[in-house]
Parts: sequence; C-alpha cells; structure tokens
Amino acid sequence: MAVRPLESARMTDRFHLDAVPIRLDGCGKTFPGGARALEPLDLTIRGGETIVFLGPSGCGKTTTLRIIAGLESPDPGGRVLFGDEDVTDLPIERRNVGMVFQSYALFPNMTVAENVAYGLKVRRVGRAERGRRVEEMLDLMHLGEFAGRRIDQLSGGQRQRVALARALVVRPRVLLLDEPLTALDAKLRDSLRLEIDRLLRELGITAVYVTHDQGEAMALGDRIVVMAKGRVAQVGTPREIYYQPADGFVADFIGTMNRVGGTVRDGVLRIGRGSLPWSGPDGPVELLTRPEDIALASGEADAHLDGRIAAAVFLGDRTRLVVEPADGPPLTVDTAGRSDLGRGDRVSLRVDPARLLAVP
Amino acid sequence: MTSLTHRRGWGFWLQLGFTLLVCALLTVPMAMSMLAGLTANYFVGLKSGLTLHWVEEVWRVYAGTILLSLQIAVACLAVTLVVGVPAAYALARRPGRLARLVEELLMMPVAIPGLATALALIVTYGAVGDLRSSWLFILVGHVLFTLPFMVRAVLAVMLSVDLTTLEEGAASLGAGFIRRFRTIVLPNARSGILAGSLMVLTLSVGEFNLTWLLHTPLTKTLPVGLADSYASLRIEIGSAYTLVFFLMIVPSLILLQGLARHGRPSA
Ligand SMILES: Nc1ncnc2c1ncn2[C@@H]1O[C@H](COP(=O)(O)OP(=O)(O)O)[C@@H](O)[C@H]1O
Ligand SMILES: [Mg+2]
Repeated sequence: MAVRPLESARMTDRFHLDAVPIRLDGCGKTFPGGARALEPLDLTIRGGETIVFLGPSGCGKTTTLRIIAGLESPDPGGRVLFGDEDVTDLPIERRNVGMVFQSYALFPNMTVAENVAYGLKVRRVGRAERGRRVEEMLDLMHLGEFAGRRIDQLSGGQRQRVALARALVVRPRVLLLDEPLTALDAKLRDSLRLEIDRLLRELGITAVYVTHDQGEAMALGDRIVVMAKGRVAQVGTPREIYYQPADGFVADFIGTMNRVGGTVRDGVLRIGRGSLPWSGPDGPVELLTRPEDIALASGEADAHLDGRIAAAVFLGDRTRLVVEPADGPPLTVDTAGRSDLGRGDRVSLRVDPARLLAVP
Repeated sequence: MTSLTHRRGWGFWLQLGFTLLVCALLTVPMAMSMLAGLTANYFVGLKSGLTLHWVEEVWRVYAGTILLSLQIAVACLAVTLVVGVPAAYALARRPGRLARLVEELLMMPVAIPGLATALALIVTYGAVGDLRSSWLFILVGHVLFTLPFMVRAVLAVMLSVDLTTLEEGAASLGAGFIRRFRTIVLPNARSGILAGSLMVLTLSVGEFNLTWLLHTPLTKTLPVGLADSYASLRIEIGSAYTLVFFLMIVPSLILLQGLARHGRPSA
C-alpha cells in the first residue's frame, strides 16, 4: 500500500462509497437473430474490488458490462445480484450504477456543471446541496475552471473526466467503465489511467472495467477476467494471469510468450542440446516461457539452445532480442539494456527450468 | 497573399456578376408584381401614383382566406409536431430494416401529385359526416403532405447525435423515460424540430395543388384565393394579394431561420 498525499485522502473521504458485491448467476446473452454473444457466466465480484474484463474485440466484454448495468437483460435463467438484492428485472435507471461509456455520452445540450448535476437533479437533491456536491466533484477531477464550458469546448481527456465526475457524483453502488481510455492518445491514456487507479482505490467502490488493452488491465485490476469468444478463459490476479495462464490463448494474449519444443524421456526434458529434470509423461512437449525467463548462457556448459539474432530492439532498461534457433519458432529474449549484441550475432541461450510452463 | 486579397481577378467579377444576374432573374418579377399592387393604375404605370387602396380591397374581400390559411398552418404545425416528433424518435431508436422501409415510405406522398392525393381523400373521406365542407378536411390534406418533411428533418438530427447512447447515459443517472425525452431527446433534436416547423408552416401556407381540390367556397385558403383573383379580378388586386402573402410568410421565415441558427447542435 502506497502512502497517499494527505490532502487528496481528505478530499476523497467525503466521497467514500459503499462497497457492494456483484454476483452473476448463469448470465448468458443471445441476441435476436441467434448470435450467442455470451455463454452463461458465473462470477462473483467482491465489494470494493476493481475487476477488469479483458479480451479481444467482439469477445463479449461490453455485453457482460451492459448486463450488469441493466442495459441488456440476460437470457432466461440468468440472474444479477447486487449484494443480496436481485436486480435482474430492474431497469438501469433504478439500479443506481455509475456508468462511463466508451463514447462518454455527455449531453451536448448542457454545460460541464449541468452534466455533472444531472443525476443529482433526477434524485431531487436540493439546489444548495447540489451546487456544493457538483463543485466538490469538479474540484476533485480538476475540472473547476471548466464548469461553465460546453462539452464541445473540451479536450478528450477533459471529457473523460467529466464522464467520470458525472457518474461518481451520485454515489453509485457500482461503477462501470467501458473502454474509457480507448479514444485517447497514448500519453493521456497513461496519466488518466493513474488517475482512475487512484480514484478507484480511494473511493473503495466496486468497479467493473472493460478493456482490450492488457497493460491497462494489469495496472488497474485487482482481478482480471480474460474473455475469448463469449467465454471466460481465466479469472485471476494480474500475477496469476501472467505467470500461470490457464491456456494457450491467455498465455499469448497477455504479454509476450515463447514456445519451446522439447522431448521428455524418463524424467528428463531435452531442449536443444541441453537437458533438465522434468516430471511428466514421456513424449514431445511444447512449453511456454516469458522473454525475461530466457537468458544468454554464460558458457558452453549451461546452454540449451543456439541461434542467430534476427532483430535487436533497444528499449532503454533492456534490450529485446529476437533469436532464431536452429529449429522451432523464433524466441523473444530480454537482456540487459547495455548490451552490444546486434543482428546476425550468434548466441547461446539458457531457459530457466522453474519458469517453464506446460499449458493445455 | 496581398495580391490575392486586395486585387481580385476577373474570375471573381464574373462569378459575382453571374450571381447577381440570377438573383435579379428571380427577384425582379416578384418586385414588379408587388409594385403593381401598390400602383394606382397598372396600365398607366407608376406615374399614376402609389396607393394602399388595392391592399385594403384585398383585405376586404380576402381577409377570410388569409385567416383560414394561418389557422390551418398553425393547426397543421401542431399536428405534425405531436405526431411527427414521436414518429421520428421511434424511427431513430429502431435500427432495423423495417424502420428504414418506413423512412422510404414517408417520402411517397411527396412523389405523388397533390391532386391525386386530394382525389384519394375525397373518394375515401368525402362522405364522412360534414368533413367535406369543414376546414378540417383541408387540414387532413396538409398534414398528409407536410408530415414527411417534419419526420425527416427531425430524424436526420436525431440520427446525427446518437440519441441511443445519450439516453443510456441519462438512464444510468436514474432518469426515467419521460424525463429523458424532455431533457435529452427534445433539446438535442431542437434544430431538427425548428427546421421541420419552418418547412411545415411555409409548405402549408403556400400549398395549392391539394387545397384547390379539397376546398369549398367557404373554405378558401390564401393560395386558392390568389388563383381566384388572378383569374377574375384586376391585376392590381392580384398583385396586392401577392404582397400580402409575402408580408405574411417572410417574417415567419426569418424568425424561424434565426431560431434554427441559434439552436444548431454544437457537437
Ligand atoms: N445489439 C446487438 N445485436 C446483435 N449482436 C450484438 C449486439 N451487441 C453485440 N453483439 C455481438 O455480440 C458479440 C460481443 O459483442 P461485445 O460485447 O460488444 O464485444 P466487446 O465489447 O468484447 O468488443 C459480438 O460478436 C457482437 O457483434
Ligand atoms: Mg466493447
């Protein structure tokens, strides 16, 4: 737990929200026309947790989020629960959720302050208190000076913050965000991601965040739900997802993964010209390992594989090599930044046996 | 730079001249006609002097047609607003093929000659109660004719602002349907509603084809009266009548144009 600046901690204290758990019970979705967007899904989201739905475009992330929000109803049999309350049949306007849309959905006919005040007006919050809460929220989101602006006079990042402010000011039970950073440029994305991370943690709200960007998912999620083709491929913490991917799809989708071929016989795995102890049935195997778990061999004796460097990319803190071994697919290897290896050089590699994964 | 902004080439003057010529072609006959309505004796010419006599004469004979035209136009606007805006909304919210088909069908009455529509109305409803002799019969024709213009104008704006998502945003903040319609749908469709209203008013006031067949001697509208006066009375009266027509329609046009420009959606 990082120490937070005092001032901002005091600011968000006033906004601290109830942490309601969410449960999805057999929630599938078939759209009219027969397209199955989501296989029945069971999932419990803990109160106060930030859960990230991660997956390629079209895998059903938005559909799941919309089922939680109440913008789509699950196929018959599916249930959505907020805490102990079954909200399956409640329309979105009665679920008390905060939602940040991919396109922001800010009202062009209103100013920034009016947008933020909208939900409070709907809840019949008196004028004085409304004004106070809008002002506080705008300050929290560094939007104070833009209160009177129209939406089309704002930059993308400012719009994003208005959307967040508008969703949070009503103190929703859960916060739902659908690819909130996708429309922004890379630099803004990074700074806003940090801001959202800080906000979610300080507010302690239950948040569901949808993205196709694994970097965002790793940075924000307490847990990540990796989805593929309408199914959940894996649920786990970022570390679990990264180091123990449940299958080949998750392994390839999260970060960079190498595939190394070998043969097992009598408890010994042979990779290239090296051998290491291995427990498993005899026969050929394909194993996975991360770029940081392959190293340049220090001597002939401990080398497993030989190859030629096809590309070397200097990334500052490290140099990423693409090595073509004598046979098998190219391997991505991370080495120290201060390396003078280059394209065409021959290298010997050693894999870390403890970091080799056998994945279905 | 300077040569471009300060010394204009012959191309510019050619274009300007052409534009002015086209404008003159359109406006000179109108101006001549209206001037005729203020001339004491058209055959003698302007030297016979200017007078408001003919305008007064028009008011004396045709005041009824003018008021009826206004009455029908306002009623027509009311009906097309009440029917057309929700219809456009329904079409905007429904993305399916059926909605697009309805959209196409909406253009049909415009493609059919007004006389044919009028005849169809008479054949179908002519015998229903006192409808045939009522001004409401003309109103029905005008609504039929103008409704598509209202729907299309509103629909175009509604589709351009992505109403579905805006409404979902409002719903996520707790707003029910009525409130969403009032605070999100209507304000964001404003420019389309104004443009549609402008079309409906002017089309209704100027409509002749349908109205000519639907009217009775007691339900004459302004354009029907105009045709009548052109055919049977002194040219000065017809011209003065045209002048009255312009005086009626131009201010409302300017007003609505101004409103439409003011309320153009900013996104
Ligand atoms: N309203 C809809 N009608 C029909 N099919 C839909 C609808 N919304 C989404 N789909 C389909 O469902 C699948 C999942 O969509 P979505 O949840 O939006 O994916 P994601 O957000 O992961 O990109 C896609 O194949 C998409 O085409
Ligand atoms: Mg999506």
